[in-house]
Amino acid sequence: MTDPLDDLRDAMRRATPAPDSARRAETLARAQESFDRLQESRPGPRPNPVRPGRWADIRNGAGMMLNTLSSRGALAATTALAACVLLVALPSLNLGPTSGPVPPRVPDGTEAMPASADDAAAPMVDAAPPPAPAPQSLAPSAERMSRGLALPPGAAAPKAMPGVVMAEPPALLAEPPVMLPEADTEAFANADPNPVKVAAEDPVSTFSIDTDTASWAVIRQSIMAGALPPKDAVRIEEMVNYFPYAYPAPEADAAFRPVVSLSETPWNPGTRLLRIGLQGALPAVADRPPLNLVFLIDTSGSMQGPDRLGLLVQSFRLMLSQLRPEDEVAIVTYAGSAGLVLPPTLAGERGRILAALDGLTAGGSTAGQDGLRQAYATAEEMAKDGEVSRILLATDGDFNVGPSDPEALKDYVAGKRESGTYLSVLGFGRGNLDDATMQALAQNGNGTAAYIDTLSEAQKVLVDQLTGALFPIADDVKVQVEFNPATVAEYRLIGYETRALLREDFNNDRVDAGEIGAGHQVTALYEVTPKGSPARLTDPLHFGTAPATSDSTDLAFLRLRWKAPGTAESRLSETAIPDTVTAPDDDARFAAAIAGFGQLLRGSAYLGNWGFGDAVALAQGATGEDPYGYRHEAVKLMRLAESMEH
Amino acid sequence: MRMNTSDEDLAAAAASGDRAAFAALLERRYDALFALCFRLTGARAEAEDLTQDICLALPAKLARYESRARFTTWLYRVAVNAAHDRRRRRATHAKAAAGWGDWEIARQAEMAEAKVQADWLAATMAALPDELRDTLALTLGEELTHAEAAEVLGIAPGTVSWRLSEARRLLRALAPKEGTP
Repeated sequence: MTDPLDDLRDAMRRATPAPDSARRAETLARAQESFDRLQESRPGPRPNPVRPGRWADIRNGAGMMLNTLSSRGALAATTALAACVLLVALPSLNLGPTSGPVPPRVPDGTEAMPASADDAAAPMVDAAPPPAPAPQSLAPSAERMSRGLALPPGAAAPKAMPGVVMAEPPALLAEPPVMLPEADTEAFANADPNPVKVAAEDPVSTFSIDTDTASWAVIRQSIMAGALPPKDAVRIEEMVNYFPYAYPAPEADAAFRPVVSLSETPWNPGTRLLRIGLQGALPAVADRPPLNLVFLIDTSGSMQGPDRLGLLVQSFRLMLSQLRPEDEVAIVTYAGSAGLVLPPTLAGERGRILAALDGLTAGGSTAGQDGLRQAYATAEEMAKDGEVSRILLATDGDFNVGPSDPEALKDYVAGKRESGTYLSVLGFGRGNLDDATMQALAQNGNGTAAYIDTLSEAQKVLVDQLTGALFPIADDVKVQVEFNPATVAEYRLIGYETRALLREDFNNDRVDAGEIGAGHQVTALYEVTPKGSPARLTDPLHFGTAPATSDSTDLAFLRLRWKAPGTAESRLSETAIPDTVTAPDDDARFAAAIAGFGQLLRGSAYLGNWGFGDAVALAQGATGEDPYGYRHEAVKLMRLAESMEH
Repeated sequence: MRMNTSDEDLAAAAASGDRAAFAALLERRYDALFALCFRLTGARAEAEDLTQDICLALPAKLARYESRARFTTWLYRVAVNAAHDRRRRRATHAKAAAGWGDWEIARQAEMAEAKVQADWLAATMAALPDELRDTLALTLGEELTHAEAAEVLGIAPGTVSWRLSEARRLLRALAPKEGTP
């Protein structure tokens, strides 16, 4: 008998038609246009090392996560692979026409894709795995692609919430246990550091606020385990925002208050550090509306262990004591099959809730989407007028089984955002932590992402800062800073890489941005090079630029946009930032030390000889009152990092 | 001109912004790409669309091409992934397999002599699972070695061999029913 494959080969050859020449010519011409468009959107003939053109095909914030496909990621095992599959699918999620807010686009990238190819090509573009260098067995095979819905886990949790009960500063509960990460299948969300911009050419800087704190906790966990964190795990704004600062409270009916200061840069005498702080209002705790909380708990096999499910149960127990009797709690688990473990129960019935928590056991694999669906359904059932509903998703990131379309999962979360239910993500355990996915889910679900590695972190996130995490006071908060070319030569935003917005999206209310919770604080730092400073890195243009038409001597102009929760129209606040250098207070110096520390961990090129030792000295002199001990803990970590540097 | 420049060098030049290199590369590889797309989809219109999608997205993707990989291997991989995406968007296996089915109808109408052949091919391809069809498109249609096909598909070479023997087994099982020529 002949080999049937030979017959098939012959038949296939005969069947294959010659390409249609008109179509061929058209495609080649359009591909060339696409090529030209991409080149135009690139900064120059040589890829700009700071913000390279390889981002050109990335269209939104979620797309940023693609850069987590580092070679390390590619070498990681299958969980990461599944994560990659999910992540790469993210950009396409928001492509469809939508009436709701659209995801922020990433500057630089929007024009890169041929518009006509959007529909068909966009998902494809990102789904292609990195070429050959990846080990074969890891590349997404057809089977995995079709099945690979599973989101890997993530670690994200609500972050800092100013406490419902701020009265007694809780002591740090325990030394963080030192745990070595397991085989590394983690995926982190990050982007290249922001480049230096020339004020005369590109005076406007726009970004979304970020109140996540997951990055700090991940860094701490790495360092406590004896290794400097992966560079991509370092998101400087989340490090800076981890710490409470003594910003003045907003006026009576304002949602938040901006605080601006300008001081010397610790690592560069020729530049200034511009600090922009936002202090969210902290409504009287007694007035808060009843809260509907759905704990969506990952009880898959990988959650086993004292640093995961054990810590999670302890954390929720802590939190329970902060709830009021009229608040309602429900528990949904997902592992293999999703289940409602505790139907909506008044927080007053502590016994029943605790019994349900204690009854949780880990086992099975994770069906994340089923769990989410059930959690949203439960939250919608519980919602009454004037109440706040929030899902707290607790996971180590193994979203690896289940109805399988990662796009559908993210679409689902983004769609539910419209229903008024917030989604926050708490990450537990390292090893297969999918930070990137968790970030993406929390960002799409209008929530925050925090990582819980110790009971003291649980205390911070779920007890001290509960109110902020659970009660939003402003949605879609965007910051735009316009620098005055008459006084500023160059500027650089430190951190917020994953939160960059296009200039025109500032005024576009359909573009999603970060939320700010009750009492939340957000801090952004710019390194600013004054005009005439010897520290200037770029040469002024020989032929000059258009002279400024304003004779203002201000340093910059600050614009903020935000929406009251549940409304569709944004409000605008504008403030001039005077060019007045002041001596930095403890808060400013500490924030600068943390920003410097973050830049050191990322290997920044802007710090000169300034090193970990300088960061330690600066932070040490700026710990202030530090009622919770967070700043002292930071100093300890910096010292450890210094000793690991060599 | 560039007749002697390797695909890999052209790709690297195109990735760094060389317009002419990109044009030359696409000109050189379009036909083979189209043929593969046809073998992956089984429908001419579908293959034209898929080829176009790939070409238009190629400039952006080239940035991620690394010259360690053979260009055609990389390109086929892009194509296979793009084909998967299309299939996924069309949702079900049934629809994905329909390409060969449509094609069968069209062929029947026009080519009387090749009819039996065509029926057999279309019916056979439609009967195979996606991953076997992809593997056959690469190994039979493009004549890649098992190792090359494995690289394109991102699977182990052994898996390719296994899939081919599986295809052989299925084809033999189908043969009495379909009437091998």
